[in-house]
Amino acid sequence: MLHIINKSPFDTNALDSCLRMAQPGQAVLLIEDAVYAATQGSALTERMRQAAAKVSLFVLQPDLDARGMGTKVQDGITPVDYAGFVDLVEKYPTSQSWL
Amino acid sequence: MSEQATTAASGPKVKKFMFVNRKAPYGTIYALESLEVVLITATFDQDVSLVFMDDGVYQLVKGQQTKGIGIKNFSPSYRALEGYDIEKLYVDRASLDQRGLSEADLLVPVEVLDDQQMGELMAQQDVVLSF
Repeated sequence: MLHIINKSPFDTNALDSCLRMAQPGQAVLLIEDAVYAATQGSALTERMRQAAAKVSLFVLQPDLDARGMGTKVQDGITPVDYAGFVDLVEKYPTSQSWL
Repeated sequence: MSEQATTAASGPKVKKFMFVNRKAPYGTIYALESLEVVLITATFDQDVSLVFMDDGVYQLVKGQQTKGIGIKNFSPSYRALEGYDIEKLYVDRASLDQRGLSEADLLVPVEVLDDQQMGELMAQQDVVLSF
């Protein structure tokens, strides 16, 4: 399963709940305001580091760039472009867009 | 009943649909919209599961009185789901605990699951829709 998150982790608990439920081998893609969860040195950094040990983490580069965060991605989270987004949707049999 | 069982067993098109409800009932339209889609899905004889987590657990709280806010109280509809053969209702234990709620506060029978059980259930679905 590919979990897609689009809200800031400082605004809603979607990412937190997603990470509680995510199973080993699944993927989480951060888009729109959720890309802030991927940045270095935030309150989320340790949580994301732990998550990376269990699931594959991806972040949408154009949304990082738009927010001035293009070069601030923490280790363990893989930036993807729109084509990469499509590849992920294709690779995992189901997607869940958390609201 | 037996006819429906036959349909479910023989029809290759039955998919496992999960509706994940994470919003409180009246502040936004999500809860009501979810319920509408759930009922539509049930009409097509699909395998439907409902999950209530985070503020979504507030949708199931007993004793909702909406007269004062001028919005229809749709909570009795959750009791009617059984009549549409929707009997798989799952609630996230942590979300209940966080809000000081227990199963006794809910208006329908549910199965309370921990993180791991809920995660496994989600992983088994063909389609997951979030509201």
